[in-house]
Amino acid sequence: MPDQISVKVNGAAISVPSGATAAVAMAIAGQPCRTSVTGEPRGPLCGMGICFECRVTINGVPHCRSCQIPCEPGMEVNSEV
Amino acid sequence: MVLFALCGESSWLLRQFRTQPCRATLYTLVRNTPRKAETVTNAIYDVVIVGAGIVGAACADEFARRSLRVAVVDREVVGSGATAAGMGHIVVMDDSEAQFALTRYSQQLWQALRNDLPADVEYDQCGTIWVAADEEEMAEVRRKHHFYEARGVPSETLDAKRLKQSEPNLRDGLQGGLLVPEDAVLYPPCAARFLMQRAQQHGAKLVLGASVSTLGKGRVLLSDGLQLTSEIIINAAGAWSAELTPGIDVKRRKGHLVITDRYPAFLRHQLVELGYLKSAHSVASDSVAFNVQPRRTGQILIGSSRQFGAEHKEVDQEMIVRMLQRAQEYMPPLRDLSAIRVWTGFRAATPDKLPFIGPWPADKSVFLATGHEGLGITTSLATATILADQVTGAKPEIPIEPYLPSRVAKEYAHA
Repeated sequence: MPDQISVKVNGAAISVPSGATAAVAMAIAGQPCRTSVTGEPRGPLCGMGICFECRVTINGVPHCRSCQIPCEPGMEVNSEV
Repeated sequence: MVLFALCGESSWLLRQFRTQPCRATLYTLVRNTPRKAETVTNAIYDVVIVGAGIVGAACADEFARRSLRVAVVDREVVGSGATAAGMGHIVVMDDSEAQFALTRYSQQLWQALRNDLPADVEYDQCGTIWVAADEEEMAEVRRKHHFYEARGVPSETLDAKRLKQSEPNLRDGLQGGLLVPEDAVLYPPCAARFLMQRAQQHGAKLVLGASVSTLGKGRVLLSDGLQLTSEIIINAAGAWSAELTPGIDVKRRKGHLVITDRYPAFLRHQLVELGYLKSAHSVASDSVAFNVQPRRTGQILIGSSRQFGAEHKEVDQEMIVRMLQRAQEYMPPLRDLSAIRVWTGFRAATPDKLPFIGPWPADKSVFLATGHEGLGITTSLATATILADQVTGAKPEIPIEPYLPSRVAKEYAHA
């Protein structure tokens, strides 16, 4: 079993496997990465950093591609409106 | 914003500063079914409009609603030229009384139309702030304020503190600005589509993908050999209008635009530097100006640049760099935003900064509706209205003489 680390998703602390990406954290938390201009929830599509569908705000920086960024202890990941 | 939804969110190409407009996307966006030219050739029209940009679309709408039989021809799709490369700033301008009259009249026409506009037109009365960087420009703020005040246009002088409160992302040290609250923004391709669809509901025929080889003497000849006959032909071909009506002084003036990802609340008003008055009017050299616009989606549309003599559509990296540097001088936090698309277009520029609206003296079947340069989105509705007034014999709301093509074409009058 991999080690677990704690991150915050939309304000709530959750535990994710070490090495998981922020996209995985969003999936574990059951949160959409962002909301499209037409109000639809969006999440990872390509999973490889190309489609930009999985953008989230990480530690206050908007439009980060969650599928490309590994979680770090204490990281704050928020859905984008 | 629609551009974002259709071509921004899932294409890595756009992240690579794509140099061409998304033509396939515009097809999807405009979704006008091209009609076979055969179905329209033998019909008789009162008016044939060449060019389905926002000016051509507004003319089609206005003439069709006045019960004239209208056909519109465009080699591409609705709103594919300068219309797709304009910011969509509905702005009152004061370079001259004639420019003021046309922009203000047209803005009022947009205001009257706003409740009929579909949501995708994104009409938003966000107001303009003309930003003054120094005392000289602050004097211009006061002059502008008096000019508008004397003509019934609301405006408000902002000191440095009020300016900073209004737009916190502007740099410190600016002198102030002039807020013009009735100015608005919209999304031009969808506005053109709306006008064209309304024209079609009133019987206008739309022929897309049809290139015009010649027009005049009551005939529009398409490059596939088909011919449309009409008493009145309107050249609304914008930056390409001089190719179709030789002798009119309309030159292409290239511009660049950049649009960012979504940053809600980063920007509240359309901001334009007052130095714009100096730089935009320089005809001798390429120029850039700070000109940023908030979109409904939270995206920031960044302009502007002006180049004469650039004939290629590709992005000029040097112009983009200059334009973004200028923008960051005024608004340093822009540097942290992510741009998703860069594109270009060609304005139709005239020597005296006023459009040509009216009969072309060299051919009594030809009318012009072109040369709107950077104000065509604003002035499209007034253009259509005063042109239709001329054709139908109605009395225009504003004096039309400053826009008549004959002002610079006296030598053609007796040709």
